[in-house]
Amino acid sequence: MHELAICQALLRQVMEVAEERGTQRIGRITLRIGPLSGIEPELLKTAFPLVAAGTPSEGASIAIEDSPVRVRCQNCGSTSQTFTNRLLCGDCDSWRVKLVSGYEMLLVSVEFLDTQAVNRWERADV
Amino acid sequence: MCESCGCSGGIDHFHVSGSIVRPAASGEVKVMRSLLRENGHQAAHNRAHFDAVHVLAINLMSSPGAGKTSLLEATIRALGARLSIAVIEGDLETENDARRIRAAGAPAVQITTGNACHLDASMVHAALHQVDLSSIDVLFIENVGNLVCPAAFDLGQHHNVVLLSVTEGDDKPEKYPVMFRAADLMAITKVDLMTAVDDFDPALAKRHLRELANAAPVLELSARSGMGLGSWIDWIIDEAASRRRFRTAHHGTAHG
Repeated sequence: MHELAICQALLRQVMEVAEERGTQRIGRITLRIGPLSGIEPELLKTAFPLVAAGTPSEGASIAIEDSPVRVRCQNCGSTSQTFTNRLLCGDCDSWRVKLVSGYEMLLVSVEFLDTQAVNRWERADV
Repeated sequence: MCESCGCSGGIDHFHVSGSIVRPAASGEVKVMRSLLRENGHQAAHNRAHFDAVHVLAINLMSSPGAGKTSLLEATIRALGARLSIAVIEGDLETENDARRIRAAGAPAVQITTGNACHLDASMVHAALHQVDLSSIDVLFIENVGNLVCPAAFDLGQHHNVVLLSVTEGDDKPEKYPVMFRAADLMAITKVDLMTAVDDFDPALAKRHLRELANAAPVLELSARSGMGLGSWIDWIIDEAASRRRFRTAHHGTAHG
């Protein structure tokens, strides 16, 4: 399960961005993960709270955009959607194709919460 | 846990008078970077090291027991004095594989990964401090036996070699597309056992690899009997030679 290692790398990147912004709390982290990245989105979601505990990312939600496996044929030029273990052209069945999407493991965006607003709200809640 | 509603208490859940509201977000920043960006940087650094001293680096991956260490032993013996080899060994617990490599006549550095199921570029970088790169032609990195996790991590190698032993079944590329898609060469190993394993069809294994849009060469060999080892050795010699040509072409410029 390398998702734990991926989560640690993700957390370091989010912290980097948070430091640049001087932000204390992260709301939502959006990722794009294709099935050919080798990452299981559900495992990633399970592992994230373990590494995020005690950091500004604690409690952040993880949103995952999927990315369908698409190939462009070098034979006939057409682009088609296919399966991870069948990277063939949907039109002419050739395996001489280029992967267009489905391999991504991207940190797409980080949503920061207004720290002061959160603090005001938390004081009011006590 | 949040006492108001029993949720996990995440920042999405703020309870005001029994309702859930969420403070206005102060903004969203687009990042669009690889999750493994840090590993990618370290891998590029490793690759620059290899290129500076014209060493061919090969990342050897397979399931446990497919014969990575046996292939390396046979390779070291077959290459003899023609090319100088060193090995970085990834292993969960033991030094057994490193001992076998040293007995075959090549220096070996062991990375004991503990619970880690894969090597990453920084582990390889740390191990490189114990390898005299200037005295070798080829560095093999024997990854942890695993057809899933190692595929995601660039180590700075020039080529991925993925082994598939005939006892595993010819449908492995279909079952582990991420790993086999990354192969720059697929070696079908233990072919001396084909007579005992009558349901492994090398042509079918190759077809499954092609169905991953992978044009990598496929070799059939046996480290034990020596069958097919010649093509494997030739491939290594050719690749090492192309690294040396790279040295001639780039000496004094990009890598001078």
